[in-house]
Amino acid sequence: MICLQLPAHLRNLARVNGEVSLHLDGAVTIDSVLDALEAQYPMLCGTIRDHVTHKRRPFVRFFACEEDWSHVPTDTPLPAAIATGAEPLLIVGAIAGGAAIR
Amino acid sequence: MSKVRVLVGTKKGAFVLNADGKRDKWDVSGPFFGGWEMYHIKASPVDPNRIYASQSTSWFGQLIQRSNDGGKTWEPVENKFVYDGVPGTHQWYDGTPHPWEFKRVWHLEPSLTDAETVYAGVEDAAIFRSTDGAKSWQEMSGLRKHGTGPQWTPGAGGMCLHTIILDPKDPKRMFIAISAAGAFRTDDGGETWKAINQGLRSNHIPDPTAEVGHCVHHVAMHSAKPKRLYMQKHWDVMRSDDAGDSWQEVSGNLPTDFGFVIDVHAHEPDTIYVVPIKSDSEHYPPDAKLRVYRSRSAGNEWEALGNGLPQENCYVNVLRDAMAVDSLDKCGIYFGTTGGQVYVSPDAGDNWSPIVRDLPAVLSVEVQTLA
Repeated sequence: MICLQLPAHLRNLARVNGEVSLHLDGAVTIDSVLDALEAQYPMLCGTIRDHVTHKRRPFVRFFACEEDWSHVPTDTPLPAAIATGAEPLLIVGAIAGGAAIR
Repeated sequence: MSKVRVLVGTKKGAFVLNADGKRDKWDVSGPFFGGWEMYHIKASPVDPNRIYASQSTSWFGQLIQRSNDGGKTWEPVENKFVYDGVPGTHQWYDGTPHPWEFKRVWHLEPSLTDAETVYAGVEDAAIFRSTDGAKSWQEMSGLRKHGTGPQWTPGAGGMCLHTIILDPKDPKRMFIAISAAGAFRTDDGGETWKAINQGLRSNHIPDPTAEVGHCVHHVAMHSAKPKRLYMQKHWDVMRSDDAGDSWQEVSGNLPTDFGFVIDVHAHEPDTIYVVPIKSDSEHYPPDAKLRVYRSRSAGNEWEALGNGLPQENCYVNVLRDAMAVDSLDKCGIYFGTTGGQVYVSPDAGDNWSPIVRDLPAVLSVEVQTLA
């Protein structure tokens, strides 16, 4: 069982409290975690990665075991502590951003 | 007794303002979707309880929300907006080619005849249609494939399709406007589009009277006279009497002809409203006085309306989708400001009062007149 921490906006959107638990078969990677997350919570499609290209949105980051996985290829196996559920995978909204002028 | 429901989109959430037909006592509910930019919220004219909302942030992208109970509860629906085919490039601010990229939905226009059909105007400019209550979206790519697309450029807010007008007398006719490309019309339900910018003059482009490249800020129509269109352009207030085939300037005695909003009285097709704004860069009212200007002659002659509005030290803006009118016998006019005020005039602009004063910056205002 994988544990996932979502930013507050996405927890509200998915109507979940606290961490999300996901069951995965096979390799545990960013790709497979997000595939499982989006299958369980389809309203999150497009909010973390692009619908079509699956490219990470620019102001979203991935942290695992106190390391930044935002720029690691998304098919790379995550650390064992993530795969066993001992540590959560963190999806974080960057402390940055802004809005276009209307 | 009739009621009104005002749907307000702000930079940090949506608000719903309710009143009876007197429009003097208001119930304010919200924020809905707190922390998200709510670019536009609009109800179906067929089913007033069906409301569509555009929700976005730079962090988590675009969402579309739908309510089936007049805004009490909401459900996220499809947010996948994929351009038809390879979208190619448009011009960047410096004239270089720039790839077409979806960023957000600026405007949602529900069908006049079917509550399940809704149109979305998006940045980078394109129009999408859903016929299943926003459960799926298809691009009406005839517009983007008009042929002039590679010449379109973004305005300061991005290359947005911000205005969609459905002709109430001809279901195959629609009008749209893009900053900064101009206005376009389809007469065949969106298969093909015609640029309708003849008569516009824009000094920020190499050829001021070019077919495209004009920074149209907003367009409005009165349903009783669908061939007459009113336009607030980056500079100039314009009118067309032939469905956009030609335009004439009607700025007349306005203190500045820059602005964003323009709207039409519900019962008087020749009575229109604008909020002049000082520009090119200030974007606040002239003389720090917030005044709506009304013309009862379809433009050219304008009167300032400031009774109840701040007449000193006012430095707010009124953005392009932030004015609306109700259809009560005494037409109500509404607008929201970047300072978070939403004002109402229950007497067609003669007198104004704030409904709320301290919302986040207002991006859009729509109003429903309910039986």
